[in-house]
Amino acid sequence: MLPDQAFNTAISFLVNCDLQHYSGESAATYFTQLAVMMFLMFVSAGTGLAAAAILMNALKLRTTTQLGNFYNYFIKSCTRILLPLSIVLAVFLMINGMPMTFHGKDTITTLQGDTVQVSRGPVAAFVPIKHIGTNGGGFYGANSTHPLENPNYLTNFILMVSQCILPFAIVFALGFYLKKHKFAWMVFGVMTLGFLCLVIPTVISEVHGNPAIIKMGIDNSSGAMEGKEVRLGAPASGYWAIMTTVISTGSVNCMHDSTMPLSGMNELWAMMVNCFYGGKGVGFLNFYVFIIIAVFMSGLMVGRTPEFHGKKIEAKEMKIASIVALWHPLLILAFTAFACFVYVHHPIRYAYWLNNPGYHGFSEMLYEYTSSSANNGSGFEGLGDTPSKFWNVTCGFVLIFGRYLPIIGQIAIAGSLAGKKFIPESAGTLKTDTVTFGVMVFAVIVIIAALSFFPALSLGPIAEYFSMR
Amino acid sequence: MKTKDNTLFPREQVLSALKHSFIKLNPKELYRNPVMFTVEIGTAIMLYVTIYSAVSHDKTQGSFGYNLAIFFILLFTVLFANFAEAIAEARGKAQADSLRKTREETEAKLITTDKRGFDVTTVKTFSSKLKKGDIFLCEAGDTIPTDGEIIEGLATIDESAITGESAPVIRESGGDKSSVTGGTKVLSDQIKVQMTTSPGESFLDKMIALVEGASRQKTPNEIALTILLAGFTLIFVIVCVTLYPFALYANTPITIAAFISLFVCLIPTTIGGLLSAIGIAGMDRALRANVITKSGKAVETAGDIDVLLLDKTGTITIGNRKATNFYPAGNIDMAKFVEACALASLADETPEGKSIVELAGKDITSKLSIEGATMIKFTAETRSSGVNLKNGTIIRKGAFDAVKKLSEQAGNTFPKETAEKVRVISSNGGTPLVLSENNKVLGVIELQDIIKPGIFERFERLRKMGVKTVMVTGDNPLTAKYIAEKAGVDDFIAEARPEDKMDYIRKEQQSGKLVAMMGDGTNDAPALAQADVGVAMNSGTQAAKEAGNMVDLDNDPTKLIEIVEIGKQLLMTRGTLTTFSIANDVAKYFAIVPALFITSIPALQAMNIMRLHSPESAILSAIIFNALIIPALIPLALRGVAYKPIGASALLRRNLFIYGLGGVIVPFIGIKLIDLVVALVV
Repeated sequence: MLPDQAFNTAISFLVNCDLQHYSGESAATYFTQLAVMMFLMFVSAGTGLAAAAILMNALKLRTTTQLGNFYNYFIKSCTRILLPLSIVLAVFLMINGMPMTFHGKDTITTLQGDTVQVSRGPVAAFVPIKHIGTNGGGFYGANSTHPLENPNYLTNFILMVSQCILPFAIVFALGFYLKKHKFAWMVFGVMTLGFLCLVIPTVISEVHGNPAIIKMGIDNSSGAMEGKEVRLGAPASGYWAIMTTVISTGSVNCMHDSTMPLSGMNELWAMMVNCFYGGKGVGFLNFYVFIIIAVFMSGLMVGRTPEFHGKKIEAKEMKIASIVALWHPLLILAFTAFACFVYVHHPIRYAYWLNNPGYHGFSEMLYEYTSSSANNGSGFEGLGDTPSKFWNVTCGFVLIFGRYLPIIGQIAIAGSLAGKKFIPESAGTLKTDTVTFGVMVFAVIVIIAALSFFPALSLGPIAEYFSMR
Repeated sequence: MKTKDNTLFPREQVLSALKHSFIKLNPKELYRNPVMFTVEIGTAIMLYVTIYSAVSHDKTQGSFGYNLAIFFILLFTVLFANFAEAIAEARGKAQADSLRKTREETEAKLITTDKRGFDVTTVKTFSSKLKKGDIFLCEAGDTIPTDGEIIEGLATIDESAITGESAPVIRESGGDKSSVTGGTKVLSDQIKVQMTTSPGESFLDKMIALVEGASRQKTPNEIALTILLAGFTLIFVIVCVTLYPFALYANTPITIAAFISLFVCLIPTTIGGLLSAIGIAGMDRALRANVITKSGKAVETAGDIDVLLLDKTGTITIGNRKATNFYPAGNIDMAKFVEACALASLADETPEGKSIVELAGKDITSKLSIEGATMIKFTAETRSSGVNLKNGTIIRKGAFDAVKKLSEQAGNTFPKETAEKVRVISSNGGTPLVLSENNKVLGVIELQDIIKPGIFERFERLRKMGVKTVMVTGDNPLTAKYIAEKAGVDDFIAEARPEDKMDYIRKEQQSGKLVAMMGDGTNDAPALAQADVGVAMNSGTQAAKEAGNMVDLDNDPTKLIEIVEIGKQLLMTRGTLTTFSIANDVAKYFAIVPALFITSIPALQAMNIMRLHSPESAILSAIIFNALIIPALIPLALRGVAYKPIGASALLRRNLFIYGLGGVIVPFIGIKLIDLVVALVV
């Protein structure tokens, strides 16, 4: 592994993104995989949960400046939640045939008589936290498409459940802890609505297959199978593609680069929004910023100074919320623009970047930075990022800016609100646990994401979609 | 004053606003509004591009005519926004001017004193020459030259110039009715008045300065909203700047005109252009309700009020009194007493008499008959009324001393406990009505105030707004409770002393609530200052007026309800127009984005769902729509979005439907229609 790649990898695991510009089985030793990557997968997930716990305290307590001990929450998140869940999952995965060994490569002879070297290692230890902690960094370069990392349909199903279990649980934990179950259901409802809006068109477009191939007269009845595992099939791959992007896991069980343009757009959109479920802890933190903006606008609309859970939202909170909401598009668009600029000015030198120039190449670049900024870690692939210093370094910066800076802002809003005087609810107070408010939050999320990314998406997947029809 | 001008755009105001729209183009003034300031920068760039395309033969930036058209549309966008602010200012100023007219130069009779402090001479001078502390004399027929406090004498004053109320009022030195307003007229007697404010510092002067923008400060909500709008503006700066390399990659040259058009369309110009107009209009609406606000913040805070403190007398009740209690003398049976009371009042047509029958209840009154009885009407001499029944029984009810005299003349003693009751009732502000049968005192009826008609509904409305109403009264708790229940107030402070009001306000504020109150007396001043919204009556003392943050020229205690609604309207108008403005962007994207790329990516024609004529016409239509929507919404910004007390969720649903969904749909229709027209020209 070269220094620039190591830089990228270290940051990417530190920030719970696990953008992999390398292949685990060839570029990293078992020691690196376990002591560095697996360790970081636990602790980076722990920070997200701890931050969410602090936000919950801020919402629950009335007028306080003490929101709890970060270290305490952090350790408890790792040892009481992540570790036990991972152990249970690891045992299940081993039973299903996932390797767990420190031996080197195995040599097998195939039916055709060829000799094949098969990489193995402590895979079953590595994979559970990859999903439980919504990390997504695969033991193998091929991630969950690799038969030893995702042996069968059942493991595919269980791994998918295990990656959404904590992001779901956080929302309900919030309702339970604040004793505001209806509010939790509102949040979950909005998230689910967003998820369905993305997953349904994706699965449909994957199942329908590629119109370009149909035009060539090739049978496409089993769906768009390019870049997919036959044992998983088109629907499960499309479903996983959206699940892994709405939640910041970023593990892949098919080649996202080969999914249909609309699916690619939905995968991008899922990461651009980054809060339809989202990563464990941070998903709700991102959602929280949108709630603040929605509360502000709808509070004004009902003729009262906006307040959320009895705390007034004023200039300071709006300032932070605006910056946080702006930060994600800024990182994605600015860096993609930079990459486009470099590519356009040195088309020959950097020709190796893009396997598919044109709209799709644009999507590949946009995807890489979106995935980095959203700390997702899935790759559109097809992008020549592994040997490129440019991509390793720029993505490294996007990664580090993309995770912890917004968390600081989100916790700052929570802290600032927590320190304010509590205002009891009255008939004129806007209720935040209603369907109407849910619609408002959904509209704010969609409009902010749509407004920021629409031009970029229309040059990438949308242009590709219309050209292909 | 009362003849309110309901046309939104009188000619002279429009002319003055037009002039100011151009004056406000000055960047030094415009930078306070980040959204419109960026539009102005865009306009300046377009001016340069237009000149460039006129003098050079470079056609990559589009034709001269196209650039010129865009330049003018952008210029008009800024002008429209300036016009919105200017017309709001002009309206507020016109309103304030009509008040100021009342204090045109008038003659003043200045009293000069000698060294020992004795008044010596009265010098005729002009109101503008008066200084703070000067004492002047006002006699019958004089117009009071300036605001002040009566230090000697009593006079009837015609305040119709200010309040529109034709009935004259009495003002006298000492107490809470000692304040006089410049421009009002003395009808009788003479008073000595001391000028209490320096010239140019009266509330009216302050209000005019506020409206004219000289001392206008942004309110907290306005600041927060400006930040959000600046955030949106920044997002679109990013979107537009990054679009340049994206377009390079896609091999699509984008003209500067198209970039700036996209940017201006996307940033929230609608709300950005109308924001300050909405704020000024809020103060103006308060002024139209004859309330002078000392800051825009006070109006905004009024919308957030949780608790409203109202004085009982004059607000909740009117002068007429009503029976509230029967107190029989020691050995008299309650039922018999009530029956006697009812008999005495059955034929009584006065409000008091009717109220006694009502209080006795149908069960008793329906059984009674006064056939053949003789009614004895109330006269000033007897100060009692009653009936002489057919069987010879004489029942009288009347003032304490009148009835006492009757019974003592007949040789009966006045029962001690009734005398005590009478004392208590009177000391509580009620009116005792003593009842005698055959000149023997049976007991006493307590009369209390009558609640104003319609007040129950108004409190109901406030309750739906989420405002808790509290009645403040000097009455005893029982009477207070009775009136509170009847009027529908949520809580009351009985036997209230000024400190009690203060304590109540503090208590509510500690639990995080915002409190509004109205007061007029000097002893109200601390509470007025403590309350989040303190409305002083114009008739009140100078101390009260200084302490509050609003002054009601009409002296109408129910005005608080209107003020709360004005505050809510102010916030709602901002919120709904922001939503509308942002929702507009969806359609604008569908107009402009395909237009930008259609030449190099023909497939994107599918995104041109409005089927706009050509890329140029699409861009022009979008920015024309963007510019025109500002003046189209000026009336709404000035009048305010209607407030309906239907609960927060229902209100949100309603506004989200009208301004959110409407904001998405209207521009699709508008841009398409404009495109049809533009296509004829391009």
